[in-house]
Amino acid sequence: MSLSKIKFDKKIVLSFWIILIALIIAAPTILPVFRLNLLGRYLSLSIVALGVDLIWGYTGLLSLGQGIFFALGGYCAAMYLQITSSSEFPNNIPEFFALYGVEKLPFFWEPFRSPVFTFFAIWIIPALVAGLIGFLVFRNRIKGVYFSILTQASLLVFFNFFNGQQKLINGTNGLKTDVTQLFGQMVGSESMQRIFFWITAVLVIAAWFFAKWVVKGRFGNILIGIRDDEPRVRFTGYNPVIFKTIIFSIAGGLAGISGALYTVQSGIVSPQFMTVPFSIEMVIWVAVGGRGTLLGAILGAVFINYAKSLVSEALPASWMFIQGGLFILVVTALPEGVLGWIQGDGPRNLLQRFGLKRKIETYPSLEVNTKEGNNE
Amino acid sequence: MELLLDSLFNGVAIGSVLLVAALGLAIVFGLMGVINLAHGELMMLGAYTTYVTQLIFKLPILKPFYNSYIIVSIFLAFIVSGVVGILLEKTIIRKLYGSPLETLLATWGVSLILQQFVRSVPLAYGTGLVISLLIGLFLPTTFPSKIKESINFKYFKFSSWIFAALTGVLTGSVISSSVSKLSRASARNVDVTAPSWMRGQVEIIGTAFPKTRLMIIVITLISVIAITLFLNQSAWGMRIRAVTQNRQMSDCLGISTEKVDIITFGIGSGLAGVAGVAVSLLGSVGPNVGGNYIVGCFMVVVLGGVGNLLGTVLASFGIGIMTDLIGAGRLLSIWPDMPLPLSNAINFFATTSMARVMIFALIVIFLQFKPTGLFPQKGRMVEN
Repeated sequence: MSLSKIKFDKKIVLSFWIILIALIIAAPTILPVFRLNLLGRYLSLSIVALGVDLIWGYTGLLSLGQGIFFALGGYCAAMYLQITSSSEFPNNIPEFFALYGVEKLPFFWEPFRSPVFTFFAIWIIPALVAGLIGFLVFRNRIKGVYFSILTQASLLVFFNFFNGQQKLINGTNGLKTDVTQLFGQMVGSESMQRIFFWITAVLVIAAWFFAKWVVKGRFGNILIGIRDDEPRVRFTGYNPVIFKTIIFSIAGGLAGISGALYTVQSGIVSPQFMTVPFSIEMVIWVAVGGRGTLLGAILGAVFINYAKSLVSEALPASWMFIQGGLFILVVTALPEGVLGWIQGDGPRNLLQRFGLKRKIETYPSLEVNTKEGNNE
Repeated sequence: MELLLDSLFNGVAIGSVLLVAALGLAIVFGLMGVINLAHGELMMLGAYTTYVTQLIFKLPILKPFYNSYIIVSIFLAFIVSGVVGILLEKTIIRKLYGSPLETLLATWGVSLILQQFVRSVPLAYGTGLVISLLIGLFLPTTFPSKIKESINFKYFKFSSWIFAALTGVLTGSVISSSVSKLSRASARNVDVTAPSWMRGQVEIIGTAFPKTRLMIIVITLISVIAITLFLNQSAWGMRIRAVTQNRQMSDCLGISTEKVDIITFGIGSGLAGVAGVAVSLLGSVGPNVGGNYIVGCFMVVVLGGVGNLLGTVLASFGIGIMTDLIGAGRLLSIWPDMPLPLSNAINFFATTSMARVMIFALIVIFLQFKPTGLFPQKGRMVEN
């Protein structure tokens, strides 16, 4: 994969940022509430996409189970919201417990009374779970397709667990957040949603910079090394297990933050966040946007979800065809994604095909070598 | 004793569904390193084939043979899923050779399309499409070699596709006009009713076994034996085994790996179709029917290791028996007076979904000791 980046002028970069910030501040007044809410949700999904890009685009680990960490983050946030607004219900516990005849709060709900604990739990719990799963899998040098299948299986395990435990976390109904209170305000109210939108926008930018920082230095080089030739990294004296575990738990933490933001904006968290298709969709956002280009992950998540909502409103049945086609198209015809195609030789090749630009003369051997050696 | 037999039978029944479903997946994975996420949807096609066959056998002409429709549908399902699989290999998977993760994503895309296809296309025309694919793919291979070698072969091929398309449209419209249930698209689940000779129960050593379960076990047994014979006795089986062991060396020795890939993928997909027949006997058939079984199949492949059918067999029966033991809480009835905390724990896991949780945990623990499954392939490569 080509790592060459187009160098922009400083002025262009500055004006880009000014426009972006202006758009973020102005969005709540321009867009109607419904669209703003959708945009906010898609932006929060782009954080989980950043995580997928870190583990798949940079490290070559295709996880089909990011939904676990996404949902865990969502559940942490929802549990806090439910418990803080449960004072009017019997026994001072969330309303749904009464349906199943539960009178005492399950023990793991207790710490979520504290906002500080919740703030940390939202990203630390998913990161820890991801680290544990990752360590157990990577330690045995399970990788490639086996890793993907195991993450998918663990996704199903978590789904089954959350889906079946009515008495602990309301099972398949999930936890509602839109009628709960946060700091005396209704979470589903318009003003709160506006604040959540701003928080999301800021966090997306923060997550982007964080991800850029992660992949910048030697750490990032090792990740790319693991992707391209893991045995060689091992023979050079690095332990890939540690690096893979760290990056997998970073991606898990990002997914948790994303899930929490998504939950407060969609108004509910349910085991539906842990279904198999949703987790694979996350991968396709990154694939379309461009693997290994962090911006591509963000853009892919926002635009594909936007397209999904538009198409589903107009022709509900055709979205599955389009999505399936996207999967096939992007891996066969556009393996580097849209942004990767633009940054690489894509536009030049296209112009060449129409005879608008001269072909660059190189030595034939160089041309062969520049092709990515994906010889597993 | 009776309890143990009952438990064993239930476990074997669950395991045999897993086995017939995972068999094709394991062969393809062993050969090409490709996990086919569309495998579940190929099963679904097999299940729908059973449904369509059943309705067609209700037509006045075929009514006398109605009781044998299930046998016919096994072969038809094999052919239908096999043809779709071959098409999949020829158009998509071949291009992605050497990049298994990309193949994974592409097959997921195929599975989405297949799911939506059965939802929004009337089954009659779906049948027509499959028939035209079948004719288009196989008619050119039956031409005499004189035509095959001639320069104009591509025109013959093209005209055979036209013929195939016409036949497909014709069959589609004939079926849709004669069977009203197949003429409209519907996303609703459909039911396959077993023929009368398969209903009811059989008594073996004092315990009653449902006949459909026995039928599934028989189907599985036949599939496993047939595949073992094919792989170990036939010339193509030997080539498949050779390519599984060392693709490059086999290629150098003159084995057409391209043909081997097509044959393997066709057989693997066909077995998914047979599994679909088995699945259709167990419950209603819908677009999502494959998804219920597919993760179990993945677990079988991961646990069994590649390149050895014995691993697949042991893994699926192991998972089947464990599912039954844990999911039905049978340990409690075998050992009634166990300490309270233990029995509480067993009760907690005694549902189908919690049994899955437990089994996954056990598989992960197992993989800590044997990371490449029960029967790993021996090799000296770094990557293996």
